[in-house]
Amino acid sequence: MQFATGSSPHLAGPQSVTRVMALVLLALVPGTLAMLWYFGWGLLINLAIAVITAVVAEAAILLLRGRPVAATLIDLSAVVTAWLLALALPPLLPWWQTVLGTTFAIVIAKQLFGGIGFNPFNPAMAGYVLLLVSFPVTMTRWLPPEVLSGNLPSLADSLHMIFSGTPPAGQTWDVISGATPLDQMRTELSQNRMISEIHKSPLWGDFGGRGWEWVGNWFLLGGLFMIWRRVISWRIPASMLGALLLVAGLFWAIDPETHPFPAFHLFSGGAILGAFFIATDPVSASTTPRGQLIYGALIGVLVFIIRTWGGYPDAVAFSVLLLNMAAPTIDYYTQPRIFGQRKSNDA
Amino acid sequence: MADARKDWSFHGGVHLDDHKAESTGQPVRRLPIPDRLTLPLHQHIGLSAEPVVRVGDLVKKGQLVAQASDYVSASIHAPTSGRVVGIGPQAVPHPSGLYDACIVIESDGKDAWTDLPEPMTDYATLPTADLRERIRWAGIVGLGGAAFPTAVKVNTSGQRPIDTLVINAAECEPYITCDDMLMREQAADVVEGIGILRHLVGARQCLIGIEDNKPEAAEALRQALSTKADTGTEVVVIPTLYPSGGEKQLIRLLTGREVPSHGLPAAVGVLCQNVATAVAVADAVLRGRPLIERVITVTGRGVRQPGNFRVAIGSAADFVIAQSGGYSDAVRQLILGGPMMGFAMQHDQVPVTKATNCLLAAAQDEVPAHPAERPCIRCGECVKVCPAQLLPQQIFWHARAHDFDKAQDYHLFDCIECGCCAYVCPAHIPLVHYYRFAKTEIWAQEREREKSDLARRRHEARVARIERLEQERKARLRQKKEALEQKSGDSAADPKKAAIEAAMRRVAAKKAAQPPEPETPGGE
Repeated sequence: MQFATGSSPHLAGPQSVTRVMALVLLALVPGTLAMLWYFGWGLLINLAIAVITAVVAEAAILLLRGRPVAATLIDLSAVVTAWLLALALPPLLPWWQTVLGTTFAIVIAKQLFGGIGFNPFNPAMAGYVLLLVSFPVTMTRWLPPEVLSGNLPSLADSLHMIFSGTPPAGQTWDVISGATPLDQMRTELSQNRMISEIHKSPLWGDFGGRGWEWVGNWFLLGGLFMIWRRVISWRIPASMLGALLLVAGLFWAIDPETHPFPAFHLFSGGAILGAFFIATDPVSASTTPRGQLIYGALIGVLVFIIRTWGGYPDAVAFSVLLLNMAAPTIDYYTQPRIFGQRKSNDA
Repeated sequence: MADARKDWSFHGGVHLDDHKAESTGQPVRRLPIPDRLTLPLHQHIGLSAEPVVRVGDLVKKGQLVAQASDYVSASIHAPTSGRVVGIGPQAVPHPSGLYDACIVIESDGKDAWTDLPEPMTDYATLPTADLRERIRWAGIVGLGGAAFPTAVKVNTSGQRPIDTLVINAAECEPYITCDDMLMREQAADVVEGIGILRHLVGARQCLIGIEDNKPEAAEALRQALSTKADTGTEVVVIPTLYPSGGEKQLIRLLTGREVPSHGLPAAVGVLCQNVATAVAVADAVLRGRPLIERVITVTGRGVRQPGNFRVAIGSAADFVIAQSGGYSDAVRQLILGGPMMGFAMQHDQVPVTKATNCLLAAAQDEVPAHPAERPCIRCGECVKVCPAQLLPQQIFWHARAHDFDKAQDYHLFDCIECGCCAYVCPAHIPLVHYYRFAKTEIWAQEREREKSDLARRRHEARVARIERLEQERKARLRQKKEALEQKSGDSAADPKKAAIEAAMRRVAAKKAAQPPEPETPGGE
């Protein structure tokens, strides 16, 4: 009688890459719904454009590379990349810019390095940074959240603006769009205004930008879900947000009139989304336990530095990409003590 | 006491469905002796045993048929009486599927014992060397699966003194229950074996580590201990978590001590033995019996009647399976050992050896075919479960790239191949396979290096020798030439003087020839 052979272990656990990615997508749902609530149809359209582009681009390049197409697409990593990128894009970005950014993320940042598992940089952030440095005007043209403007562009208007690149008849971009809280803070601080003055603006909510702060909370919920389901470890988000709070708190304590309250940093821009969903991308992040703490903390510090003194209002994308470069070195110097390597204190 | 120890744990590990109940329903059943027994000469760690019988010889049950050929080796005895019908290559239980030297015995059906050595019931008064010699004679090896010669393991002279004997009763692999059943049925023998082992190494205490999914066995041991008035031996129930039965993991769980990387348990004052080994020691010392049979588990949905069987070593796997009801239609794989560390056999024409603890005839749903391997996403699940606290994904990365130096920098050789990493890997990478590949390559490279070092040394020696011979030849030529020149010059000046000088040279040469000629170095 002949039997099947194979290498031990002969058992396999229930985990799969598809399952991991599906859990990430599931964890993104509450925050995404909150963003749709505050920013309207544009985000949904961006999301659709990005996901379709990512899947098509990934399939095309897999064909070119002679790799299995269906077996790779099913891992859902392209969808996760597209989704994260779409969340970072202004809701009314011209469609072709979304297509360009997504294609760059999938083709250049991911597949040309070897595909899933081999990309040194977070593909979504690479795509975002490409767009940000190439199209600074459209990339900073955000919508004010619904709670401020009182009305959001209709589906038809959103489609029109995204696909034509022009505002609806009789309106101008200045009327429709608004700065993000981080942008606003930057601009007003550069005009030597005091934090207490800036805070009187209707832009400010309870602890961050109005609308924005609640989006952050919903992403936080998704992030905690991922920690609970062991999709990510607590180390990167905790150290990143902790370091950001610490540094921001330090400067705020020194001078609260020129440095915003630390919670502002946490609940504005992409800090929460970045901490739980972007910095934790396992492929490009540090993997040793101590390395993850260092990696996260350095991202947090860089976010504060770039936001406060850098040329861009938000900094999560740059900080993550910079630390992606450092991750292999961090891993090398933070190898854990192996069992029996140094004698433990015996009983 | 046991509660105080629960604080200790090891890193990682995985929770698995234990599948123990399938094979513990019936008591251990003794299987008949098959017509033919195949005894591999190499069924232990160390050198192969040396046959001491010839084809055609008649042997009795328990008679020595192959002698340990080295310090690290183990003797082999005839499991029944009969005739030696062959000594040569036979299929052996090895993942390679290769053949190896075996003694084949045809049973005469009488099962007649040879004369056995005297029991050593007063072992406590005997020198430990005598006890070790008895264990060595009996051919006992670690029966948990590693098959390291026990006589070598218990020789702890020259090492740090042993204060704790750890008895491995964890049996952490799913499906396997042979130790469980042995403890339930032969707890008294286990306790006797522990007494001998403790005496042998002078251990002040003994801790029996048993997973909490074997309450009957733990209770049986406690009962046996209470009747023996044995002090210092304690049953410690540990949580069921694979691989708690790994030697270093179990020592950590029971004592909190960490066996050093590349070190032996003796370095932390511990000796670890499996329960079945303890019983074999008791059999050898108290009953004078060599190791010729063992209990094995036959289980999985691929067999009709799972259970535990007392089997003569050398019985073929197909015989054992047939005796236990035969295969069911669901069988897909035949695994020797457990599903995590055992190896899959291509066929069942292989003998049960001392190391065989389980025949797992697994159905498709029990051991599904491995899903296709996907690229590593560096999620770190493997790091979380690795009981050796390694970075499995880094070792994989370097092993895959054939960068074996780097793989060793990441402590490849501390890997115990438990398979936890591959079990949890979401990319379904057969990580252990990569580690085995890297280890084998490194061993092969080391052998190559030794060979090439030897060749280089020989080459250098040869070059030096040729050089030296050449110099000697030149020196001789030069001397000859000088002598000739001198001769011709002298004789031309004064023939008389030349004659005297020639005579003096002859005398000097004679004198020089008297002591044995200074040894010319070298030569072929």
